[in-house]
Amino acid sequence: MTSQAIPLHLPGDAPHEKIGVYVCHCGTNIAATVDVAEVRDWAGQRLEDSGVVVSRDYKFMCSSLGQELIEKDIKDLGLTRVVVAACSPHLHEGTFRGACKRAGLNPYLCELVSIREQVSWVHTDKHAATDKAKAVVSGGVERVVQNTPLEPLHVPIHPATLVVGGGIAGIQAALEIANAGFPVYLVEREPSIGGHMAQFDKTFPTLDCAACILTPRMVEAGANPNITLLTWSEVVDVKGYVGNFVVTVNKKARHVNEALCTGCGICQEKCPKKVVDEVYEAGLGYRKAVYTPFPQAVPKYPVIDVASCTFFQKGTCRACEKLCPTNAIDFSQKDELLTVEVGNIILATGYDLFDARRIPQYGYGRLANVFTSLEFERLTNAAGPTNGAIVLRDGQTTPKTVGIIHCVGSRDRNYNNYCSAICCMQSVKFAHLVKERTGAQVYNFYIDMRTTAKAYDEFYQRVLEEGTLFVRGRVAEVTDAARQPGEEGQLIIQVEDTLAGRQRRIPVDMVILSAALEPRRDAKATAQRFGLSCSADGWMIEKHPKLDPVATMTEGIFAAGCVTGPKDIPNTVAQGAAAAARVLGMIQRREIELEPIKASVNQEQCSGCRICNNLCPFNAILFHEDRMVSEINPALCQGCGTCVAACPAGAISGTGFSNEQILSQIDGLLMLNVARQSAAVTA
Amino acid sequence: MSTNGSKPKFAMYWASSCGGCEIAVLNIGEKILDVDANFDVVFWPVAMDAKYKDVEALEDGAITLCLFNGGIRTAENEHLAHLLRRKSKLLVSFGSCATEGCVPGLANLSRPQDILDTAFGTLTTDNPQAVRPIYDYPAPEGPLRIPVFQAAVRTLDQVVPVDYYMPGCPPESHQIAAVVELVIKALNGQAELPPRGATIGAGASTCCDECPRERNVKTIKQFVRIQDLEQIDPKLCLLEQGLPCNGPATRSGCGALCPKVSAQCIGCYGPAEGVVDYGARLITAFASVIDAKDPAEIERILDTLPDPTGQFYRFNLAKSLLRAGRPAWSQQ
Amino acid sequence: MSEQFEPVIIGFTCNWCSYRAADLAGTARMKYPANVRLIRLMCSGRLDPTFVMKALAGGADAVLITGCHPGECHYIEQNYKALRRYLLLRRTLGGLGIEPARVKLVWASAAEGAKLTHEITSFVEEIRSLGPLHWPQWDGAETSAPAQAPAAAD
Repeated sequence: MTSQAIPLHLPGDAPHEKIGVYVCHCGTNIAATVDVAEVRDWAGQRLEDSGVVVSRDYKFMCSSLGQELIEKDIKDLGLTRVVVAACSPHLHEGTFRGACKRAGLNPYLCELVSIREQVSWVHTDKHAATDKAKAVVSGGVERVVQNTPLEPLHVPIHPATLVVGGGIAGIQAALEIANAGFPVYLVEREPSIGGHMAQFDKTFPTLDCAACILTPRMVEAGANPNITLLTWSEVVDVKGYVGNFVVTVNKKARHVNEALCTGCGICQEKCPKKVVDEVYEAGLGYRKAVYTPFPQAVPKYPVIDVASCTFFQKGTCRACEKLCPTNAIDFSQKDELLTVEVGNIILATGYDLFDARRIPQYGYGRLANVFTSLEFERLTNAAGPTNGAIVLRDGQTTPKTVGIIHCVGSRDRNYNNYCSAICCMQSVKFAHLVKERTGAQVYNFYIDMRTTAKAYDEFYQRVLEEGTLFVRGRVAEVTDAARQPGEEGQLIIQVEDTLAGRQRRIPVDMVILSAALEPRRDAKATAQRFGLSCSADGWMIEKHPKLDPVATMTEGIFAAGCVTGPKDIPNTVAQGAAAAARVLGMIQRREIELEPIKASVNQEQCSGCRICNNLCPFNAILFHEDRMVSEINPALCQGCGTCVAACPAGAISGTGFSNEQILSQIDGLLMLNVARQSAAVTA
Repeated sequence: MSTNGSKPKFAMYWASSCGGCEIAVLNIGEKILDVDANFDVVFWPVAMDAKYKDVEALEDGAITLCLFNGGIRTAENEHLAHLLRRKSKLLVSFGSCATEGCVPGLANLSRPQDILDTAFGTLTTDNPQAVRPIYDYPAPEGPLRIPVFQAAVRTLDQVVPVDYYMPGCPPESHQIAAVVELVIKALNGQAELPPRGATIGAGASTCCDECPRERNVKTIKQFVRIQDLEQIDPKLCLLEQGLPCNGPATRSGCGALCPKVSAQCIGCYGPAEGVVDYGARLITAFASVIDAKDPAEIERILDTLPDPTGQFYRFNLAKSLLRAGRPAWSQQ
Repeated sequence: MSEQFEPVIIGFTCNWCSYRAADLAGTARMKYPANVRLIRLMCSGRLDPTFVMKALAGGADAVLITGCHPGECHYIEQNYKALRRYLLLRRTLGGLGIEPARVKLVWASAAEGAKLTHEITSFVEEIRSLGPLHWPQWDGAETSAPAQAPAAAD
């Protein structure tokens, strides 16, 4: 055997690309600072070895004539790559990719490099600008050689939608989508939908009764055949991606068979166990161990509160079971995990009220007659624990003077920097209701009055005219320690009146704290579950605070209402409808096109080290325990490239911004290609 | 070329390296007899007497397989690299030194002058007469010339084109045996050689691929030196325990020898297939597991990794993108 | 024309913020020196230290890395990952004798054209005062040996 049998040559060189370079004048926008003809000639001559076969300039490359120039060259010269030196890719990348596509060239084989925003407009020295333009073109040429043809990803959109949160935002969103004819799963963790709005008495500034306007919506949502109500339920897991989410919902055991229950209410009536209702009645009233939170609850089926139920705690009683006319009580019911498939998700999980105990100097929880705003809502509500009578904690005394403190936990760097948006109007509403129902003297303590929406300031003026007193100043303290005659037995509000320029002590019978709206206590966990992020304050971050306020950074997940920050009812409803409109837009498209800028793992090369596993905020990286390799879900991948840059084995590659593309672009920008060519010529 | 009956020629050379590669070859055990049976060993300074002029006398391309170990530090190394390239059909960059510079390559962080000063003049050097290398020495028998000590260590492929790379410090003996077997089979027409430029005798993935340790999503608050760990969890990924283990970035092939015995991988098999810069892979790997967002906190954690350059480039400096520290090439 | 040193700087930008800041600087006709050549990435998290080393080894005198402000990353938090890499990269380069000042990280939002302009201008000045990097161009195989060590004879 001779050694000639041994193959000793490298596999053939990669096929040479045929590149066209097109330099735009942009009228004089580029041409005034960059010598366009020189760049054109230079690229044609000096970048020949890199594959440039034609180099042209044109007054306006983006014009139809300019685009035709490119299309003609692709067809006539058989170009395999195109570099356009013009404006920012954010402006015309689509234009030139389109031209390439029309001429039969994969659009991703076209590279637009900016010699306007990044060269002619920011530099003055023509020589330096022309040199830089050459470097930029050279970088583009080297990069484009490494470009690979790509196809956009098409993902079908499942027509069903998950709405999380059954407050007014979620109800609105669910109704809009359901009325358009598409299925909705409305998940609510309390026994009934309705949310905070169901607890309110009147709504500002029109003073319509909250129940009167909300209840019909709740009933509609409960009756709509396209809406599947999942109350007393929580989302526990979200998998998948835009168009194709798989959501697991924990339907907590109601211990009431919904198929049999008629909602007659006998069980509630007969249940011997009374408990303080901390949720709906804000701790002011009672409910039973088996209960619906309020009479208009939707759905009408009650739940058994296992922690309070005598049967569950002691094994006796069974009163409800015995007395139920339809045998609907089922103590053996278990939590149930439901899996639903949806194309889009709307998050409308609302807010929690600031815990006023955190400001000890305001005395909430210590001084009996200090109330929170939510307590006061229940107090004034005709269906509330006092049947709408505004009375002190003793349940009978009508206050003669009431102080309402604004910005409790808002606009306060000790708690929350933001403005809670609704407290000014809510406090004005309270002032009106107190005045109307008790004739008491009302003081409002405010920092600034913010009455920005339609008819808000008019309402404020009206309440001013009714004789409510407004004191500008942040309250220092609420105390029952009398110092002066006339203060005994009262709550004294210590405040600096910044308009009068003096300290004041104002004795009142009742204090109402307009507490801040805060992110849900479990907002972080919720964000994580849905792959979203929270701001430093804890509110969910919208895709763009102005131009895309109901979308999130995660495709297919939208947000409405207070989940992204404090809002009043009109804004909340508008957001619910807006989110629904966005979802309907997605559903109508049936499928969406995703940019093919994606990362992928070479399974052969992946060592399963798991370094990349904590890098993806979109949970696109999946670790297969069985094969010990990581894999990227292309539909979840947003194309940032962080994992590509992080893989220690070099096993992850990214389309559109590959290592080869960027390293070659660096070579080009540094003119190493030209240097090599010169070296070869001299050799 | 070869006359009927004569065996293909084999050569092995030891340039700037420690000699461990030579031992690793001998360590292949009985397979060494196959080498002898199938090859005519024409040049192997460590094993047999041979003169450079004998090699020079060979026809170009006469040597079928040459295992070249060691980096290029001296003019002699460079001369032999060119000579053996010319005479060999298959020139294998054998071992870490030839392939990526290895530990001798770390000298690329220092001025050559300082290296000589250290070698000949520090307190711990037994050199009472302060002998220093004299490049041209007029000995009575005739002038003696010591090969020039060059400014930096270069890898073999930075000096001459190379057909195959075999990483490792040293390459594992079972891998050497497999490669020898493959070449013999190829010579007999029973197997195909991989494409030129390929890395042979190693995997394409990294050490973690062969490491039996359990691994999780990684986050660490500090790096620790192995001697500072009270106890090493015998089952858990070393990096997760804070040990700066180079395994995630280091080419597989050794069978994860070190991590298996609770010593962190130090990276002797070099980068995985297709990686441009080994150290860069480790920078991003280690940075990725640091659990901090605040710059001061990140810096505090990085303080627990006292010599990142040495950690990341212990074996790979000469082959890295930057190749040498500034002192090695600048006059200052 | 004076013999002023004109550094070559490679800049990495994030598609969502700093690249748009550069666009904005252009649209607003702000001026900065022509020494910086920008590369667009989707995110500063895409920045592989290899790119920085490649640029420095290839003749760049400095590298500018830009990204969204902390907490404002388009991809939620990838800029923190860029930050950690950058800090470790700087230490590693320091060990090779490269002044840490030659690699700079700047946060710039899409609205901060003026800030980017200012940062580029001052960075070019900083590099000018540091002088050229002059990293040797070690080219592929068959290069001749770098400068010979001076004979260390007596």
